[in-house]
Amino acid sequence: MNMLRKAVLMGMGALALLTAQVFSVAQAGGAPAGASSNAQAAHAGPVAPRHLAPEAAVANAPRTIAPYFTRAKAGPKAPDADGFLQRWLLLEPIVKPNRTNTVFTGAYVRSTFKEEYFPDQFTVIPHDGEKVTVAGQELAWHALDSNLFDAKLFNFAYGLNKPTYGVIFWAVTIVNSPRERKNVRLAVGSNSASMWWLNGQEVADLFGDRRMVMDDVVSNLLTLKKGRNVIRGAVINGPGLSDFCVRFIDENGEPIKDLTQSLQ
Amino acid sequence: MKSNFLAAAIFTLFLVYASSPALALDGEPYIHDPSTVVISNGKYFTFGSGGGGLMSDDGWTWHSGAVRPGGGVAPDTIKIGDRYYVVYAVGGGGLAGGHASNVKIMWTESLDPKSPDFQFHDIGVVASSNGVEDCDAIDPAFLYAKGHLWLSYGTYFGYIRIVELDPKTGKRMQGNKPVNVAIDMEATDMMYRDGWYYLLGTHGTCCDGPDSTYNIRVGRSRSVTGQYVDNMGIPLLKGGGKLVVGASDRHIGPGHFGLLDLGDGVQKFSMHYEADMDRSGRSVLDIRPLMWKDGWPVGGDNFEEGTYEIQSERSGGALELATDFVRMNVPRRGFGGFGGPPHPQNNQQHPHPPAGGFFGPPTGPVSPIPDQTLAQDSAAWPDGNINVDLSDYMVRPHQKWTVTSVANAGGYPGSPYFKITIAGTDRALAATADGEVITVFSFTGTPEQLWRIDQLTDGTYRIMPKVVPNSAEPVALTAVGASTPTLARFDPKSDKSRWNFKKP
Repeated sequence: MNMLRKAVLMGMGALALLTAQVFSVAQAGGAPAGASSNAQAAHAGPVAPRHLAPEAAVANAPRTIAPYFTRAKAGPKAPDADGFLQRWLLLEPIVKPNRTNTVFTGAYVRSTFKEEYFPDQFTVIPHDGEKVTVAGQELAWHALDSNLFDAKLFNFAYGLNKPTYGVIFWAVTIVNSPRERKNVRLAVGSNSASMWWLNGQEVADLFGDRRMVMDDVVSNLLTLKKGRNVIRGAVINGPGLSDFCVRFIDENGEPIKDLTQSLQ
Repeated sequence: MKSNFLAAAIFTLFLVYASSPALALDGEPYIHDPSTVVISNGKYFTFGSGGGGLMSDDGWTWHSGAVRPGGGVAPDTIKIGDRYYVVYAVGGGGLAGGHASNVKIMWTESLDPKSPDFQFHDIGVVASSNGVEDCDAIDPAFLYAKGHLWLSYGTYFGYIRIVELDPKTGKRMQGNKPVNVAIDMEATDMMYRDGWYYLLGTHGTCCDGPDSTYNIRVGRSRSVTGQYVDNMGIPLLKGGGKLVVGASDRHIGPGHFGLLDLGDGVQKFSMHYEADMDRSGRSVLDIRPLMWKDGWPVGGDNFEEGTYEIQSERSGGALELATDFVRMNVPRRGFGGFGGPPHPQNNQQHPHPPAGGFFGPPTGPVSPIPDQTLAQDSAAWPDGNINVDLSDYMVRPHQKWTVTSVANAGGYPGSPYFKITIAGTDRALAATADGEVITVFSFTGTPEQLWRIDQLTDGTYRIMPKVVPNSAEPVALTAVGASTPTLARFDPKSDKSRWNFKKP
């Protein structure tokens, strides 16, 4: 999200250097004697933004998708207390470099997602561990339960030692409804842009440089079939974190919770 | 005849409501990630990313000169007792900078580099992120409320967190653990008001000039550690946030909110725009009024030049020249009214109103009645001073005021001083030596003819002369009677000194 901040900081570094010189003059010209050692330390400290290295022990620790995800188990899973769908089949990220998220116009996102990255990308119900090859890279599907209301895609990629910025994620889940249910809406939030399909029908588009807000974009009124319904989503992100949250709400905006999710 | 028509047209143009965009700060207000504006040694200060900052003698004209050691990004400042604490972050910010960052604090007794008390003392690191955890410890901001000192920090990378500091030392309270309070925010700040804690921060993207999408959002909580929710009840931990201020006019990407409480019900906030479209898209400081509506902060706009009715919140009366009322020059045939005027013989009403009456269905073609012109209204006005009073607004020229900023006359936080003149004339509102308010025949630029206009937290305005001759007491335009204005000390608990500027 803050790709450009780096460039700004570099400029600020030069400004800081100039400021330090001004400060030194002020000190020499009028500051009282006897400044504390702490003050001296502050004065003598680095003036350009200093990017600390991650703590070595932390940076070198084996990466993991915990505590954000756990492996999905057999058997149905109910939404969380607010109706958020937490079980997802996530494909490891497809590299798609973008230096800024402001390029995610509707035309760009539609065109990008329309491109075929792997066979049957709009119809496949993948299995855990199933692999596809995209631009020569072998990518695996992971059947996961998010431990939070949202699926933190950045942490998914980071935990698997995969690229975190400039990426596309594909997500699939099966939602089982005990009965036909009319007048429901799919409510989505994503960081950054995303598109969502229910049973093959495009139902929600989140374009532009977005941050993840629950119920950010809501579909038109839909009908959930009795039994199995397939939700498919694609999320694209340049710099910054990426995640999404999805739930169904009724015509009054209340979450629908009498659903289950499964892997097939 | 033709010249009369032209004159009338010109007067009409003068009287048409017109307002210019809100004015940005004067001087060289170039800064990014400004700290909350604070006052030290009677001057205004703010610090930015990279070191250094801006200062101002009056809050309107800004220039470089503030000095902050330590470098780093996005500082904040607060005064507690004799100390100004300054907090900033070193590291973090993402990409090549990574997400490992330290939040550091120092203090000084003065922010004025010319003061002998200007001397920073380093306190040390009070919060940090290790580069991998779900937080990037930058963009710190203070809140001092109910004897406790709180610090929020974090950015788009993971959680916004709050820790507690010792207000006496600036150090982290022993054993205090960070609390996650929001996601997907940057540049947070906090306020406390009427039992609510408010967490403000920016959504959107910074640092992209006129394409930056920064906008300031807010959630509130009864507890400082949350949970914070927006006006729809959506937790800030789930991306919620009620809009406080977004892009407007020629100013794009507001961010880095900081409360500037001036007392007497006047609250303002400092921030930057990512891009001032009138300054090559540079990032600049601004100060704008803060209003409150139903318990939520609302970003106000600095006063816009234009022509207005100035209406008393106390009585609803319009500020006007105390001149004789001039009736409208329109045809009058009978008194009008249903049935027309009483019959002269039997005191019974006519069964049919005479043509030209104002009541009842028209008996002929209808057509617009032109406004009363300035020439019609002003024919009997004296050339010298004219008193002002408050009366029912009748959309007449002696009730319409043009408010115009005055160049090189100084200002106050967020705005320049204004002159207030009867629309289409140079007749100006002025304070007198005996603390009353009058109009003088023409504006000469003397301080008693300059006016400070601050929007109050309820959306009404306080109107103060820059100077009352021979007096140092600050006073405000006040409806001492329902129809009588004067100058008196501002009473924030009363409607007497509250005014509305309405389209004329």
